[in-house]
Amino acid sequence: MPHWIEPHPTGIYVRPADAWIDPSLPQERALVTHGHADHARGGHGHVWATRETLAIMALRYGTASGTAVGYGEEVRMGGVTIRYVPAGHVLGSAQIVLGHAGERVVVTGDYKRRPDPTCLPFEPIPCDIFVTEATFGLPVFRHPDTGSEMDRLLAALHTHPDRCVLVGAYALGKAQRVICELRARGHHDPIYIHGAMERMCALYQDFGIDMGELRPATGVPAREMRGHIVVSPPSALNDRWSRRLPDPITAMASGWMRVRQRARQKNVELPLVISDHADWEELTDTIREVAPTETWITHGREEALLHWCMTHQIRARALALVGREDEDEG
Amino acid sequence: MRQFSQLLDGLVYTRSRNGKLDLIAAYMREAPDPDRGWALAALTGNLDLKAVKSSAIQEMIRARVDPVLFEMSRDYVGDLAETVALLWPKRDDQPPEIDDGSLSLSAVIERLHGVSRAAAPQALAQMMDHLDSSGRFALLKLATGGLRVGISARLAKTGFAQAFRLDVDDVEQVWHALSPPYAALFDWAEGRSGRPDPEGTPYFRPFMLAHPLEAESVDLTDYAAEWKWDGIRIQIVGTGRETRLYSRAGDDISGSFPEIAEAFSGHAVLDGELLVRGDVQGGEAASFNALQQRLGRKAVTGKMMADYPAFVRLYDLLIEGDEDLRPLAWAQRRARLEAFAPTLDPTRFDLSQVIEADSFEALADIRAGARDAAIEGVMLKRRDSPYVAGRKAALWYKWKRDPLTADCVMMYAQRGHGKRSSFYSDYTFGCWTEDGELLPVGKAYSGFTDEELKWLDRFVRQNTVARFGPVREVEKTLVLEVAFDSIHDSKRHKSGLAMRFPRIARIRKDKPAHEADTVEGLKKLVS
Repeated sequence: MPHWIEPHPTGIYVRPADAWIDPSLPQERALVTHGHADHARGGHGHVWATRETLAIMALRYGTASGTAVGYGEEVRMGGVTIRYVPAGHVLGSAQIVLGHAGERVVVTGDYKRRPDPTCLPFEPIPCDIFVTEATFGLPVFRHPDTGSEMDRLLAALHTHPDRCVLVGAYALGKAQRVICELRARGHHDPIYIHGAMERMCALYQDFGIDMGELRPATGVPAREMRGHIVVSPPSALNDRWSRRLPDPITAMASGWMRVRQRARQKNVELPLVISDHADWEELTDTIREVAPTETWITHGREEALLHWCMTHQIRARALALVGREDEDEG
Repeated sequence: MRQFSQLLDGLVYTRSRNGKLDLIAAYMREAPDPDRGWALAALTGNLDLKAVKSSAIQEMIRARVDPVLFEMSRDYVGDLAETVALLWPKRDDQPPEIDDGSLSLSAVIERLHGVSRAAAPQALAQMMDHLDSSGRFALLKLATGGLRVGISARLAKTGFAQAFRLDVDDVEQVWHALSPPYAALFDWAEGRSGRPDPEGTPYFRPFMLAHPLEAESVDLTDYAAEWKWDGIRIQIVGTGRETRLYSRAGDDISGSFPEIAEAFSGHAVLDGELLVRGDVQGGEAASFNALQQRLGRKAVTGKMMADYPAFVRLYDLLIEGDEDLRPLAWAQRRARLEAFAPTLDPTRFDLSQVIEADSFEALADIRAGARDAAIEGVMLKRRDSPYVAGRKAALWYKWKRDPLTADCVMMYAQRGHGKRSSFYSDYTFGCWTEDGELLPVGKAYSGFTDEELKWLDRFVRQNTVARFGPVREVEKTLVLEVAFDSIHDSKRHKSGLAMRFPRIARIRKDKPAHEADTVEGLKKLVS
């Protein structure tokens, strides 16, 4: 008899509940972990997600038909208990904890273990089956302390008062986190933002996340942005859009920046290793901590994590999910 | 070590030349002695360490990390030193991303100097345990020889000169009198002692350079004409005991052309053109394309030397014995050169001939008729001019052969770097095959004005048909008139052709793409 949870290339199917977790095709019933495009898609019949994730989805896709599930709240669906637990990835991100037939399954979605001023920290839940991401599933990925990366950003800003620092950061999550981290380090100057992130920043502010003074980078004379930080989506770093800026120092906030060649390919002068995903040590420590009987690895560099599990006597399998991982998210 | 590893990181990520110079200059001012001297040696390629083999590094990492995970990581990262630097787990669970400050660059160099091949992996591992990932990367690059941070020795010296407001040519002059860690150089730069005396060392003298000829003609009673050979400009410096070869940038290239250095034992400084002989040319000078096979190689094999035998065509004699001839007029130096040249090995050295012409018109005819593969044009040198550093007005002119041109079709475009990073400024263009297909024949990223660049950028964006990472494929509709100095056979390209110095001469908005040139047509221009 097949297990009550079935991995498919298009998502994870919870049979007794007749519901899909993060399906990549439109489904009647979807349980969504968080708002990034490779997990949350438009067109589902009904969505269960946190209030924040539903708001993000409404902003991006206009989907309104959803049930808000609070962190810790329990929902019952065809003999399955479903709980949403903080994943520490972005605002509203959740692990989905499923209980059925005396078994507990945790689907992490994307997660990290570092503090993030824009979302609740990851809660480890011991379980039987642990379904984990593996975006940075290679031991070369070791994210440094966020504070030291922020200090490098501020140092670059202060040594070049006639220039600006343009930080490429994913529009949902990374951008707001970088801004909040800067505020936490005592940087209270106005920060200029690309038009594509204005509405998302406003949404974060509606949820009570204070980002200080944000100004649109559009329609402002270049002179005014000298000595300031400008945040844009990574795709705008080398685009025509950036021509309006005063001699920008190109920075990028991403876990991929740990590899030199990756940074150079993107013409990045100031690579900031700041990630919203677990690094290698966080991945392996988390698996040890939740101590599952079986680990399923959804996306990323799953071969290395699979190998690690095998050498540590942890039963594991790699799931081939399609359409996951937008590198800009790193 | 942290100061040095941060410098290397900065040099890796900084694109602009001035940015790199600023980084080097700041380091040279701020780093302690003798670290900065060792850093200067490393940056200029003067650090003489027994290179640790990459197999030793692999052995070292396999002792600490699961070999499967190491291989997977290496597949992903690419570079061995970087993979190991990122992956390295410290002993006793020490924090891997902290440089504990206990290792100075000098201490690292000293350790690497003294270590035997067998003990190298262990010595490296011990040092790795004190460094952060940037420091480990720097250490492994030092240990394996070759920093590869994309700067030349000349750029490093220029950064040093900038730090202490010195003239880089002055630094060049004293350079070979000194050895790492260059205490005497820093003492001089910071005013603690006088200028080191370069006498008796084979140091580089700045080259005399030419302006392009813009006037309609010059008076040949004032100017002598010589062929401009298409090799690389080279300076031979011999002290009688030692001979070195320098490129135009002042880089020591003796190691790449050992047969030349060995064939010269005189006490003199000469200026000439380094060329290789080609079979096709009947043992005469071959095209630049042939010479290219020998450029940029650290170690040169016997086969390379036999297949592409190098020689120097002499232009000028700067110093003979202890006598500096540079203040003399060209005509006097030429007479001395003509007397000196026959004393040299004729297989390695010959004299660049003066072109005899009765009038400028006659010279123009001779220039137009020159078909020699290795001729790039004509030089005009003022007969009464001394040999002076740099490009001085009205003394030397270069009068290049008119460029060849071809009408090609733009096929792909890529964004540039630095200030051009938002512009599609690098274009791959092609010509038609007999089957009516376009085959790439070259790539150009210069020749256009700022206005034209904006227009080209817009064209690329509006006519993209496919994207491959950073590359855009465009509609094959735009004809570019491409100018190039020469064209050669090449095994590297599908079209079998390689252009020398291609640039965009004109945008031919008027010309339909199907009327562009053919690959067959281009092949007729091969020299």
